[in-house]
Formats: sequence, C-alpha cells, structure tokens
Amino acid sequence: MTRMAAEQRHRIRFTLNGEAVDRACEPRMLLTDFLRHEIGATGTHVGCEHGVCGACTVNVDGRPARACLTLTLQVEGSEVRTVESLADRQGRLGLLQSAFRRHHALQCGFCTPGILMSLDALFARRANADEAEIRDVLTGHLCRCTGYAPIVRAALEAAAELRGETNREAVDA
Amino acid sequence: MGEFPGMNVNAAAGASTAKPWVGQSIPRVEDPALLSGRGRFIDDIGVRPGTLHAAILRSPHAHATIVAIDTAAAKQARGVAAVLTGEDIKALTASLVVGVKAPVECWPIAVGRVRYAGEPVAMVVAESRYLAEDAIDLIDAQYEALPAVIDPVRAMDPGAALLHNGFPRNTASDRSFKYGDPEPIFADAKRTIAITIRYPRNSCTPIETYGVIAEYDPGEQAYDVLANFQGPFSIHAVLSRALKVPGNRLRLRTPPDSGGSFGVKQGVFPYIVLMAAAARATGRPVKWIEDRLEHLTASVSATNRVTTLRAAVADDGKVLALDWDQVEDCGAHLRAPEPATLYRMHGNLTGAYDIRHVAVRNRVVVTNKTPTGLNRGFGGPQVYFALERLMQRIAVELKRDPVEIISRNLVPADAFPYRTATGALLDSGNYQQALARAVSEGGLEALNARRDQARAEGRIYGIGFTAVVEPSVSNMGYITTVLTAAERRKAGPKNGAQATATITIDPLGGVSVQVASVPQGQGHRTVLAQVVADVLGLTPADIRVNAELDTAKDAWSIASGNYASRFAPAVAGTAKIAAERLAGRLARAAAAGLNTESDDIAFAGGFVFSKRNPDNKSPFSRIAALSHWSPGALPEGIGQTIRETAFWTPPELTPPDDQDHVNSSLCYGFIFDFCGVEIDRVTLQPRIDHYVTMHDCGTILHPAMVDGQVRGGYAQAIGAALYEEYAYAPDGSFLSGTFADYLLPTVAEVPEPLILHMQTPSPFTPLGSKGVGEGNCMSTPVCIANAVADALGVADIELPLLPARLAEAVRGAEMAAPSGTKAPETRHGDRRLSGEGSAKVAASPQQVWAMLLDPTTLAAVIPGCHSVKKLSHTDFTAIVTIGIGPVKGRYRARIVLSDLDKPAGVTLAGNVDGALGFGSGKGRITLAPETDGVTAVHYRYDAEIGGKIASIGGRLLDGAARLIIGQVFAGLARQAGGDTPAKGGVIASALSKLRSLFGGGR
Amino acid sequence: MKPAAFDYVRAESLDEALDVLRNEGGDARIIAGGQSLMPMLNMRLARPRILVDIMRLAELRRVEPRQGNIAVGAAVRQAELLEWPALDRDLTLLSLALPWTGHAQTRSRGTVCGSIAHADPSAEMPLALVALGGEVVLRSARKRRRVAAHDFFLGVMATDRNDDEMIEAVEFPATNGRRCAFREVARRHGDFAIVACAAVATERGVRLAVGGVADMPVAREFDILPASALDGALNAFAWDLDARDDFHATARYRRDLVRMIGHELIAEVTR
Ligand code: FES
Ligand code: FES
Repeated sequence: MTRMAAEQRHRIRFTLNGEAVDRACEPRMLLTDFLRHEIGATGTHVGCEHGVCGACTVNVDGRPARACLTLTLQVEGSEVRTVESLADRQGRLGLLQSAFRRHHALQCGFCTPGILMSLDALFARRANADEAEIRDVLTGHLCRCTGYAPIVRAALEAAAELRGETNREAVDA
Repeated sequence: MGEFPGMNVNAAAGASTAKPWVGQSIPRVEDPALLSGRGRFIDDIGVRPGTLHAAILRSPHAHATIVAIDTAAAKQARGVAAVLTGEDIKALTASLVVGVKAPVECWPIAVGRVRYAGEPVAMVVAESRYLAEDAIDLIDAQYEALPAVIDPVRAMDPGAALLHNGFPRNTASDRSFKYGDPEPIFADAKRTIAITIRYPRNSCTPIETYGVIAEYDPGEQAYDVLANFQGPFSIHAVLSRALKVPGNRLRLRTPPDSGGSFGVKQGVFPYIVLMAAAARATGRPVKWIEDRLEHLTASVSATNRVTTLRAAVADDGKVLALDWDQVEDCGAHLRAPEPATLYRMHGNLTGAYDIRHVAVRNRVVVTNKTPTGLNRGFGGPQVYFALERLMQRIAVELKRDPVEIISRNLVPADAFPYRTATGALLDSGNYQQALARAVSEGGLEALNARRDQARAEGRIYGIGFTAVVEPSVSNMGYITTVLTAAERRKAGPKNGAQATATITIDPLGGVSVQVASVPQGQGHRTVLAQVVADVLGLTPADIRVNAELDTAKDAWSIASGNYASRFAPAVAGTAKIAAERLAGRLARAAAAGLNTESDDIAFAGGFVFSKRNPDNKSPFSRIAALSHWSPGALPEGIGQTIRETAFWTPPELTPPDDQDHVNSSLCYGFIFDFCGVEIDRVTLQPRIDHYVTMHDCGTILHPAMVDGQVRGGYAQAIGAALYEEYAYAPDGSFLSGTFADYLLPTVAEVPEPLILHMQTPSPFTPLGSKGVGEGNCMSTPVCIANAVADALGVADIELPLLPARLAEAVRGAEMAAPSGTKAPETRHGDRRLSGEGSAKVAASPQQVWAMLLDPTTLAAVIPGCHSVKKLSHTDFTAIVTIGIGPVKGRYRARIVLSDLDKPAGVTLAGNVDGALGFGSGKGRITLAPETDGVTAVHYRYDAEIGGKIASIGGRLLDGAARLIIGQVFAGLARQAGGDTPAKGGVIASALSKLRSLFGGGR
Repeated sequence: MKPAAFDYVRAESLDEALDVLRNEGGDARIIAGGQSLMPMLNMRLARPRILVDIMRLAELRRVEPRQGNIAVGAAVRQAELLEWPALDRDLTLLSLALPWTGHAQTRSRGTVCGSIAHADPSAEMPLALVALGGEVVLRSARKRRRVAAHDFFLGVMATDRNDDEMIEAVEFPATNGRRCAFREVARRHGDFAIVACAAVATERGVRLAVGGVADMPVAREFDILPASALDGALNAFAWDLDARDDFHATARYRRDLVRMIGHELIAEVTR
C-alpha cells in the first residue's frame, strides 16, 4: 500500500489533451489549481469551488467532471481534456466554438469553457442529443451574462451540424 | 467567414453605398480567445517569482468587539510571510473617505470592532493560497458579541445599538426635497393611493470573483496594482488617499479580460488597499483571488430599501403628485460612492410619467450587513419596484386597465426634451408609440385571451406591466444632491461625465484604439472597431482595440470605467470624435497628395480618394503613415497624425441647482414590458409564460450585443424576482453563503423573452445611442411581481417570490394537524433553534443532578469533550470536538448554570465558538422522579448559531443540532447506567451546552 | 477555499482500504466520486487526516442481481447505473430518481453508495433505498454486515456505519413489475429537494417515502383507502414528519407538498 503523505509531492501521470503529463503534487491539490497554476492551462476557470457553477468543467475519460471537485491524484492514468483541445493548432475554431461565436453565446466568456466541455462530452456520447438533453446538461452551468438563449441556439445548431443536417465551414479564428 | 462577407475584404473604393459597420451584428473580436481557453483573466496572468498569496480571516459575528487576536501560531506556520490585523493595516494606510459629512471612519478591515458577518479581521500572506488558509485556521480571534442591527427602519429607533458614533440613530443622511407644490395637491386630492415595499438584498454576482495583485516600490514609494476593478475611477482618488500617496504613485491597471461585473467589481477596491498594504509590509508582490464564499458573504450587495410611496390620483387615473419616503440600507460602512444608489435615480423619480409635484424624503442608514455598492440597475430596481407596483395598485383601486393608467400618465411624445419635476432632462423618445407597438407586436390581446382561458380552467394566471425610463451616463455630480446647497457650494462643483478615447496610427498605417471603458465582457472592442472603421473607411478587422486601462499611461478621468451604461452613448461616441479629428487631418494630408481640396476627400474600402474622381486615390495606410516617415511632407498646420485623444463631456450634465434639481443622467431610454405568469397549483412556483420587452435605447450600434444586454439583465432580474436573496438572520448571521443557497437562475429558469426595439436617437450623444445594459434589472422584477399580484389578487408582494410565501394567499389556512399532533410554532426565516425532549435515566434525581454539575461526568457525557474546567460550581469551560458525518470542528465552550432548584431543575446558558462558527443559547432542564429509581429528564432549549456554519450549512443545521443534542442525552443515559435511548426520539435534554455543542457542531 | 492537508491512499485492494479504516477510524474518510465530500473539504468543514480512494477496486465497480436484489457496488458511479441496460426494468424507481440527482456533471463522478453514505436528508439515493426497503452492506476488516435502509439512516449526515466500516454495496430489491413513481420539488432543477416523494406499489397498497422533510427519508405504508380516509392518512403522515422552516421553504409548504404529491403518486401507482 502506498500512502502519500500530506505535505509531500507525489508523482502524477495522466494524459492532458492527448499529451502525457508526468509531474508531482500534494494530495490536496485540486485539479483546477493543478491544470491552471502548475501546467498553465488556464482555460479551465474557477467560479465557486463547490461544484455548482460549472466553470471548471473538464472531461475525464470522456465524461464531464467538475475539476474543482476532483483531486489531481484521482485522475492518475486518466485521459483529461480541457477547452484548450477544442480548437486546432492553427487556432481554427471547432464546430461548437464557431456556433457559439455566430450566436453570440458568450459575453465575458468566463463560464464558456465549462459549457463547451459539457456539450462536447454530450455530443461525443449522444450524437443525437435533442433539445431536452442539451438543456438538461446546461442546467449544470451558471452563466451570468447571456440569459442562456443564445447558448441553447448555438448548441442546437452545432448538434444539427454534427448530425450532418447542415454543412458549414468552420469559422476562422 | 462565409456569412459575413466583407469582414476581411475591403469594399471597393468609392462605394459610397457600402453599409456602415455600425448597426451590424458582426462576430466579436473577443471571441476566438475566449472560446479556446486563451482569455487573460486576472488569475490567468503570471506573477513575478516570489509573489505571495493572501487569505483573509473573516468575522463570524455581525457585530462584536474584538477582544484579542492571537496570531503567534499563524506566524510560525509553514510558508507564512506575514500576518496582518486591522491595527497593522491602520498603521500603513488612512481611512477610506466617506461620501457624507460625518465624523466616521471606514477601514477595509475591522479595527477594534466588527460590524458585519464576513468583515475582514486579519490576513495571512504566504507562499501559496493553501498555506495561507492553513495559517488562517491558526489565528485565535476572540470577540464579545454586541446586539446586531438588521432592519433598516428599526435601526433608526432611539434604543437601537449604534454602529458608528458619528451616525446618530444609525442615520448617515436625512434629506427632504420638494418639487412643485405637492402639499396642497395631497390635501385636496380626492384619492390618495399608497404602497409600502421592502426591496430585498441581492447582487448580480459575476461568475469570476475579485482579484488583486499588488506591488510596492519603496524606492519611489509607489504602488503598482493590477485588479479586476471596473471603475468608476473616481475611486482611484479614494485609493490614493487611503494609501497615503499622490495619485501618480498609485498605478492601477486592469487585466485584458474580466469575467463579468455588473457593477459588482467596483467593490474590489477595499481589497486593493489591503493587498497594497500587505505588499508594502512584506516587500513582496501579493496576490489575492477572492473565493466564492468570500464573495457571497462579504463582497458587495445592492441596497435593500424600505419605501413608502403615495400618489395623489385623479378619478381618471392621472397621478397629480408623488410623495416618496425612502429608507436606504447601505450596510455596515458607507463606502464610496454610496449613498449613490439612492441618488442615481433622483432626476427621474417620476419614471416615464408626467408628474409635476413631488415630495421626497431620503434617509440613509447603516446596519450590520455587508456594505453596499454598484450593482446593475443601481437604484432602478428599488425605485421602480415601488413606482410600478403603485401604478398597478392605482389600476386595481380605480378598477381600470393598467395599460390605460400607464398611458394616461406617460410623458407626451411632443414634450422632448422634457424636464422632469426633479430636474432630469429626458432627452428623446415616443413612449406612446413604443407602448402601442409592444401591445400589438407583443400580442397582448392573445395574452389576455390566454389568461381568461387559464382562469376558466381553474389555473392561476396573471398579467403584469411596467413602464420604465432607463438612465445612462451618470452625472458625476448627482451624488452631491445628498449635500445641502450650502454644503455643495463649500465643497466646489462636481458634474459632467468625462469620456476619453485615443486613436493611434503605427508606421505601417495600422490603426489602434485605446479607451478607458474597462469592458467586463460586453464586447466593447468589437464595437469600437466598427465605429472607427466607419470613420476611416476600413474594416473592423483592420482596427486593433486595447481596452486594458493603465492609470500611469492612458488617458482617463474620474468618470472612466464600466458603469452607468455609458459605453455606447459616451465612450463609443468619443472614439468616433477622435477618429473624425484624425480623419480630418488625414484628409488635408491626402488632399495635398491627391491635388484636391480636403472636403473632396472620402475614406472607404481602405483607400483615401477624391469624391469627384474616385480613381484618384491612395491606400489609407500610405497617407496614415506619413506622419511617421515624413512629417515634413505634411501640409502646414496639420501637426501630427500619429495619435489623437479625444475628451468628451456633455454640457447637459450640470451640477444640482440650489433647489436640488439634478439632471442625474445624460440619456434616458424607455422600456415597456408585459408578461403572463402562471402559478403552479402544487408547487406554487411562478412560471413566466410569455414575456415581452420593448426597448428604445436610441441608435443601436450592434444589435446582437444589445439583445445580449437585454437578455442578460432579464435573466438576472428573474433571479432577483424569484430566486436570489442575500438573507440575514435577525442576529445578523448571513444565510446565503453558497451557490446552493444563493440561487442564480439556470437555463431551466429563464424562458426567452420577446425583445422589441424602437430607435429614437439621443440628441445629446455623438452616435445617438443610449445605454441599454441595466433596464431589465429595473423593469422585470416589478413586471413579474405585478403579474403575480394580478394572478392572486393580492396587494403585498415580497421579493423574491418564494413559492412557500404564496401558500396562504393561494390555499388559505392549512389542513389542521390530526388531533394528538402538536403544531409547532412557525418562525419563518428565523435562525433561532428551539426544541424540547425528554429521556428516562436509570438514576435518582439526586444522582442525575450530581452528574450534571460534575465536570468529569460532563466530560464523559458530551461527545468529543476533551476537558471540562470548573471555574465555580456554576461556571464551566470546556474544549469539545463536535462532529456530524465528516464535518468536525473543535470548539471552546462556556456554560453557566443558574436558577438552581436542586434536584428538580436548572437553567444552563452557554456559548461555544470555533473555526466553523459559534452558538449561544439557553436551556432549562427539569428532573422528575418516576418509579423504580428512574428519573424523567426533560429539557427545553432555545439557541442561535452563527458564523461560517450558518452561512453555508443552513439547510442541515437544525437536524444536526438535534442529532448532537441526542448524542448528549444518549451519553447521559449511558453514564447513568440506563438504556441508550433509541434512535429518533428520545433524547433528553438538558444541556444547553449541547445546543452550544451543536452550535459549533456541524 | 482550499482543503486542509491530508494523506492519500489509492487502495489497490479492499483489504488495504479496510486496514486504513481499522487503524485510523474516524480520522479516515473513503473518497469515491467525491461529489459530496469534496465541497466539504474545500470549505474545510471536513478535515480528515487520510483519504482512501476506492475507485480502482474492480470488485466494487459492479452492478449485479443477487437473490431478488440488485447490488450496486461502492465504486459504481451514478452515471454508470443510469446507463445500466436493465435499469428501467429492474430498478424502475432508480431510473426515475437518478436524473434528479445533482447534474450530469456530478453524476458522471458521484457514486450511488457515496450519496447514501453521506446521508443528506434531501438526497434522492437514500430516499430510493428507503422507499424500496433496500439494504446497506457494510464491511470492516473484521466482518461484513447488512443493515436495512430504515435502520441505516440515523439523522442528518448520520448513519449506522461505524468508523472502521465502509459501504461495500447497497442492494435495492428488484422492481419485479411493481409500479413506482417519483416526484421532487426543488427551488431549481438539480437543487436539493425541498420535498421528494417516491411511491412503490406493495401487496396491500403503497409504500410512500418522503425526503427533504424529516432528518432522514421516511417511508410509510398506505393501504388502499377511500379518498377521504387517504386524505386523513396523508395529513397525519405530513404532520408526523415534523417539518421545519428554512429560508427556502416553510414547514407548512412542505406539508402541503407531502399531502398533494403523496396523493398524486399513490394514485399513479395504484391506477
Ligand atoms: S468552480 Fe467548479 S463548479 Fe464552480
Ligand atoms: S458569458 Fe459571462 S458568465 Fe457566461
């Protein structure tokens, strides 16, 4: 049995957006803090640290997860994806991101990364997600700026595109 | 970018028919970074190596004297650089200036006394936030509780505890105003209709919290601060004074992105003082990111207000005079710019109506709550909740259609600009037309039919209306209306709303724009690019906008910042002025090069050309760069064309006159809303069935952003109307400390409104636009309330509209308890806990009595008791660890026995305190002998719990308390050799200590 | 808002986990999905000395039929149970109640057993367990024991679990064609219930369980009764739950909901 002592750093390995992470941290290090301040992936935001606002939502092994309610050591061996993975390396926005931009589905953009990651996970698992499912997933997020309507519209449009019902070139970033 | 042709392609030169960029919903330049995790919010920005991180110890009490703060252990803790208390901060800074003339001080941290739950008491700076919080737990602060003042009206009672000696009767200001001749009109009026409302506390709380990074240079005695502060930059003067440096030694910068503000981030400024002082004390940069618990408990709140509003009303529903009596609750300190919330609406206290006679009494009081500050709507929600509820009451009492009552009173369409009784100059509008269009395009007739149908089916359905004037671009002098004319003369004039914008041209002819509007997510950079592109004949993609503010380098004024919906009317217009000035000079330069006159020059499609002969042209960049490469080639008298800064302030914003008339804002948009609301028969939850909001905000610069502002304000207003409240217990404990208690609406709670527009340009702003960001925070809460009032036929509506509060109105008296069940008394909203119980103990009353008074028995009986010390035979102290599930804490307890009636009864009074909170209470235990040497122990207790545990665990507190009390009695019974009481019931009771126990308990 | 320091054990076997509990007792806490525990750690309401992560234990990740019951292991996430193919048929009540448990983003990590161990009086999983008359399987280094749901919950966040024990699994009686109904009222979707009701058809009538009102979910059997008698019986139940006021709802409002929703659900399952 390996007991990892409180005030020491312990090795942690996982995959972040397809790349191997091999580092160390204390047991109490929250995944939000590790991603943001140890790795520098600051796209994952922190709004409440008690699991309600959704700003910190990332994907762990294909499912949405609150990074603020996740200890870094818990994701050992997992595949973690964050908002940084959604655009390609040239900065071209992905389909969901483009739909958000077209519909003005963000203002300050603080809630946005979490929302994108929840929808991304939903569409990956449920290609045919309907409006009710989309809305249900969105209830796990607080947005203070937009009043939500444009977020729903953007998500619906992205869903339709993913199903191949419409065809639209990704918008240049 | 298929759907936005032209975004990257220059339109053909000379295409004078090219559609202006302004007015189009182009994609935002802000978005690609924000959508990809490349935003640069304050906590995303790297800090210098060696930067320390701060955490703050906050008061668990609403009102208490600080008896002692022991920081020794914290100072020794791992990674700690310094521990600072109020006295330390006081030694490094000066009090924040207060907005009224009174001998009071206002510190960013408690000095000697705490005045609200959550007030900073000490701070730790350490190598990480984790370590700083560890050390916070080691600080031992001791308090002596004082009576708390929570109700703003009772705060003025002669006997109420005083928060500040300089505010007698807790009243910071009491002013009466008279406009026209209201008294005789009220005296003669056939009908006076009045309403009293209590507007609750809430906040537009953004998803990103406060953040500050501060540094101090002892060599130059200068501070450098990065904070997600939103303005107004009048606060810069407050900060410089508090930090005791000249303004040029406080460099205040803002990060590129901010996660929303809605006024709230104005409230970060006291923390700027704290962090700057900590940086000075430690000689290292200090960073602080507020956490959500801190934010909800102690950041800033909108004011709660008690208003009685009377109207003298003619038979036809015409309002002849108004009489306002407003009691404004600013919380524990009158922090700058308060009492601005109360005076922001002063010029438009008659709303959208033509009412010539107005009396006003404005009182500002302090109470033991978080200090108030800017919040979207700023004064509007409070004023319109009273005014528009009153209009609804007038319709009900006169048995007339509310639309008719509103219409009868609207300012006539031909009266603009219209001077209101209290001094506002309503710039433009056609309220009648807006209302008529809303009624027809919004489908009021169909909605009426829907209501009739619903009612016929036995459903609960109502319709509400609101007409609102939405002020924007605040007069920096309106707040001086709180002073008398004589005081104003002495203080010197304050007025205007100085806006700034700078256009810069680089050596390759690229155009940059800098403004001091400090955007909080609205998309200012996109709109500025549109505005400047139109003037210079470029595309928005050609323009680069930087909206970070640096007080050491940028053009700014006290009016700079993001508030009072001033961007579109003031800042965007100022950018236009700066661009036009530069264009004028460039036109002269181009005219020389193109051999024509400057008034023949036009800018379009990336070219500068002759209007007469569009083929005679030069690329914009070539002309634009001349000033860099060949200043000598510019015609005489042009000067440079590299940089142009425009300052703009509207002449209409004059100081209050000697009769206290004040044009408190520059522009006044108009909103007419109506909605249908159905109340569920089972859950009593009001559901918005149909919502129509008609806006006239003058010229629209970016339709999608305007709709975004409307929807965002509307969603926040739904929160204020139905869900959100910063709730306080009577003892001042804060009850809404998490997002599970302070309920922001989610997508499921926000049905989409129908948004309608009309555009009556403002004659007073460069682009004809007015503010639009705050209107629905003013109109929507009262519109929903009016619909609920209509649905239920009730006069008193309290926000937020908690379903449970509607039970009486919908259902009448409750089904009685079956005989044999005792109905518990109901004390809604009260955090006091009380209860009683009994247990049988297998011992004689004398034995039980001896146990109760014996420290060793008590130590054995009380779960988690480490020691009991007997100070006298009726006075004990103890250290206890109390735990419920995983929630464990260590507490200091004090128990005093009185009314000893050996061996039949005893009263225990006690209190406990620890890191998770405190509790105090009183209990009476009686012992009655039964047969077989068994004693019936009966207890009754009454307790109060406060601190962290009350603010974040309220929902589970009662149950946890009962559980711990149960544990104590189980222990007592066990100790006495009796049976362990069975689950659920038994318990016995006694010990108020227990209550105290639980107090700390969970 | 950062957790206090703790040691962390990533258990590789059940024995390892049980060993820690035996040695450290009340200072240790099991962490599975962490969706109830982590907020308490972040707020420093809870400060265990050691956390034992049991999510790598394959033997705890199973959902399996066991003598008329469906056993759900301690490491089964709510989202996984929601996707269990036989859920609608064999655990009908759970298929109705699970979507009300938190949000998709917390169900993805939170476990069924974790919610039961946490014993929040408003939570859906404890309610479902009580409504169905299920059992909790507790394991310590010394022994395994089974506790009926009714005896397991002792109060707010308090259970019959001893410090050296952990929940190994919970067992829900399989639906077996019995009708079930569930309804919850919260301020917003996903919030803790103000009142949650679950009804299960029984041989003689209906078992109705209520969460969010008393300190733990409470079930009561209702015979098939004429409407007026049922009104009286539900009213008695509503009052017996000893509802309290808090700032989201009043006691009276809670009793109203018990009476009205109770009626609805009983009608639904006896239809
Ligand atoms: S920061 Fe994780 S849910 Fe709010
Ligand atoms: S865009 Fe600002 S919080 Fe959602």
